Amino acid sequence: MSHIVVQNVVVQKDVFNAAEQYDLLMRECPGAAIVTFTGYVRDHCDSGCVGQLELEHYPGMTESVLGELGQQASKRFNLKAWRIVHRYGVLDVNEPIVWVAVIADHRSAAFDACQFLMDTLKTDAPFWKREHMTDGSANWVAAKSSDSERRKRWRE
Amino acid sequence: MITVRFFSMVREALGVEELSVELSDSINSVASLKRALADQNGAIWDETLHQPNLVHALNQRVVRIEAAVVDGDEVAFFPPMTGG
Repeated sequence: MSHIVVQNVVVQKDVFNAAEQYDLLMRECPGAAIVTFTGYVRDHCDSGCVGQLELEHYPGMTESVLGELGQQASKRFNLKAWRIVHRYGVLDVNEPIVWVAVIADHRSAAFDACQFLMDTLKTDAPFWKREHMTDGSANWVAAKSSDSERRKRWRE
Repeated sequence: MITVRFFSMVREALGVEELSVELSDSINSVASLKRALADQNGAIWDETLHQPNLVHALNQRVVRIEAAVVDGDEVAFFPPMTGG
């Protein structure tokens, strides 16, 4: 059995490289079915062009919620390993925001676990996005009902 | 004494990040704390804390508004999360 030294949950200000995260995880926990998701800052929203994205979070609660979601996913989908990296602070357009990776024995569990983690962390982890527009205005991003609908389908 | 924290647009609307509150017979749950803060601090607090979908956390876990609070607890109020 491989010894896992990578941290399961990382909440950081600094930019990360998804390819490096993948290599690191693979070195520590090689597996049969690996699914990853990387979310990036988009350059537009309904009200115009986004210059930067600011992410506020609740230190402590963020890490514990992400840890609990990972443990739930691990149990529910029988994962070999999982990892979540999420950033906070001020992010530039096209920078990565979040990286989720899951390792399972088979693809369907891996796909489902990755969807589960993204759908649940969007509504359950205490992060709040604020868009700084290129015209100098700024607005808090409202929670989307489509996200809470996606969250609902995982409730047992 | 408990610590009360505010995040995101709730923090911004109230202009307060954190405060300490003395518990009493009338402040002993998240609901009664919210009511007291809304009643005692003017219209902006009343409006902000009564917004629909306000989320309440007790000791860094989301709880129902009826949850009881005791000395040393940390209560937080914030809007729905928008991570990912």
